[in-house]
Amino acid sequence: MADTVATTSPGDDPSRRDFIHIAATAAAVGGAAAIAWPFIDQMNPSGDTLALSSIEFDLTKVQEGQQVVVKWRSKPVFVRYRTPKEIAEAVAGDHADLRDPATDESRHKPGKAQWLILIGVCTHLGCVPNFGQGDYGGWFCPCHGSQYDTSGRIRKGPAPKNLYLPDYTFLSDTKVKIG
Amino acid sequence: MSGHSTYEPKTAFERWLDTRLPIIRFGLDFMEFPTPKNLNYWWTFGAILAFCLATQIITGVILAMHYVANAGLAFGSVEHIMRDVNYGWMIRFIHANGASMFFLAVYIHMFRGIYYGSYKAPREVIWLLGVIIYLLMMATAFMGYVLPWGQMSFWGATVITNIIGSLPIIGGAITTWLWGGFAVDDPTLNRFFSLHYLLPFMIAGVVVLHLWALHVPGNNNPLGVNVKSEKDTIPFHPYYTVKDGFAVAVFVILFATFVFFNPDGLGHADNYIEANPLVTPQHIVPEWYFLPFYAILRAIPNKLMGVLAMFASIGFLFVLPWLDTSKVRSMRYRPSARLFFWIFVVTCIILGFCGAHEPDQQVIPGFGGFQLMDSNINSFVWLSRLGVLGYFGYFLVVMPILGLREVPLPVPESISNPVLAAGSAMPAGATASPEKKG
Ligand code: HEM
Ligand code: FES
Repeated sequence: MADTVATTSPGDDPSRRDFIHIAATAAAVGGAAAIAWPFIDQMNPSGDTLALSSIEFDLTKVQEGQQVVVKWRSKPVFVRYRTPKEIAEAVAGDHADLRDPATDESRHKPGKAQWLILIGVCTHLGCVPNFGQGDYGGWFCPCHGSQYDTSGRIRKGPAPKNLYLPDYTFLSDTKVKIG
Repeated sequence: MSGHSTYEPKTAFERWLDTRLPIIRFGLDFMEFPTPKNLNYWWTFGAILAFCLATQIITGVILAMHYVANAGLAFGSVEHIMRDVNYGWMIRFIHANGASMFFLAVYIHMFRGIYYGSYKAPREVIWLLGVIIYLLMMATAFMGYVLPWGQMSFWGATVITNIIGSLPIIGGAITTWLWGGFAVDDPTLNRFFSLHYLLPFMIAGVVVLHLWALHVPGNNNPLGVNVKSEKDTIPFHPYYTVKDGFAVAVFVILFATFVFFNPDGLGHADNYIEANPLVTPQHIVPEWYFLPFYAILRAIPNKLMGVLAMFASIGFLFVLPWLDTSKVRSMRYRPSARLFFWIFVVTCIILGFCGAHEPDQQVIPGFGGFQLMDSNINSFVWLSRLGVLGYFGYFLVVMPILGLREVPLPVPESISNPVLAAGSAMPAGATASPEKKG
């Protein structure tokens, strides 16, 4: 082979060679990246999972001082009907030394202080905190001992954040739409 | 491999095959592999691990014939295996306890490696491949434990996947991607089943590399000195096939004792309750083989730092060969290293013990103690913090410094002359060469 190829053949031109190498490598890398994405993205939530994203809930099912847990996007949502005492404790907590500062006012809809609607997932590692337990009368997480107050704010234990609020709106005085 | 090959194809077919696919030569050379003649029973755990992997794959493939990877059906299908499938109960108990036996063996195998310095030059790559196998085993066992879809399966999966979620910025997107939804659910179960099926075969692949890397320098041995001549070795077969076979048989007795007499002893009763995404069990604990890491996670009050410490505790295993500054391999000749080694073993066991208890629980019941920072001094949080200190101290302080400061005992010059300049002290016949007997 070697002696049939002239030493100055056009293919030996260094700049043309380099260009072809770089172009081929770039096309291969780009192509591999483009084809990789569908293989990665298939694991993200599918269309039907995303579609199940809002529910309606009838508040007359909850008694004062109690909570009902509903499932929304495969997560528990706490709907808690707070007593005046619990609301007072939560408001008093506004002045405590909070890890994730937030007023009680900011955690319920205006004029609906009795209704606390939260995502029931501990912000530590995702367990469901138990209702009414712990030093602050809110929730106690059995997994690693995080304690939340009656506003769902983190007060003690490893969790970094307050219990999150879902998106929700009151459709009427007795009906909410979550999501 | 060792370079020498004694295989001579005898039949015409063998000669024909040998020039096309020398598989018989490969197998025979493998069995004849010259092995140090002084390996003790701690060296049989390699064969025990191979046995465990084979057992998990065989029982796993059978379970997969009856198991249904669907959030609504999985729990029932495992009950169906337990009650209706012929010998299903036995096959499942072998698989479930087999995972524990696998980890028991791998921990002994790894501590063996540390004690005898098997990770030191020229065996670093063997060690690194071993750590990769260990990581793959952890991933496999974690995903396997999710499959029966009991309460522990579900909440274990939730907590572990949330650990990844604590990474800054990208954490949330990664967890959603892992879950395929907004919580652990059917898509999660399906992909975990797919990966649980796949990973053991990847482990088998890495095991091949592990053995390949082993066959370049050959085995380390309890004395930690290099093989100097053929006098120091015996062929793997029949000497170690028999020794390994005996050890596997003894191991199977322990294994069978669990399977037949205490099959749920290592499990958790809550896993016989079907997964309920709305209620977390009162006390969630991982399987025993993850407890030390769980304790490290919980010892640190900051979520991200706890997670990083947990990853680091495994990450340090990768750099172990470069943290240890001692040139002497075997701790037989390193009395102070031996002391620290046993302290390290006890530290790991204490961490495991902490992982099994609530952080706030008292270590010494009834003893009042006092408050130190966020918790009482007499609590498992503080005990695990002590353990974390010991664990990282071993890697970061003891390993690098001890090798420079200690004075090792005299090391024998070869395996066949185990006692330095003391040939006369040896009983007659002690230097007999077993390789000449067969
Ligand atoms: C490295 C090897 C393996 C390990 C460490 C391992 C570990 C585990 C563990 C801990 C469980 C949960 C057992 C329980 O509590 O019920 C499990 C379940 C399961 N594994 Fe594996 N496994 C391995 C290999 C395999 C393979 C190769 C398959 C083949 C498909 C398989 C199929 C299954 C199935 C179908 C289940 C669900 C049934 C059950 O829960 O008993 N496993 N595995
Ligand atoms: S998950 Fe709630 S404290 Fe860890």
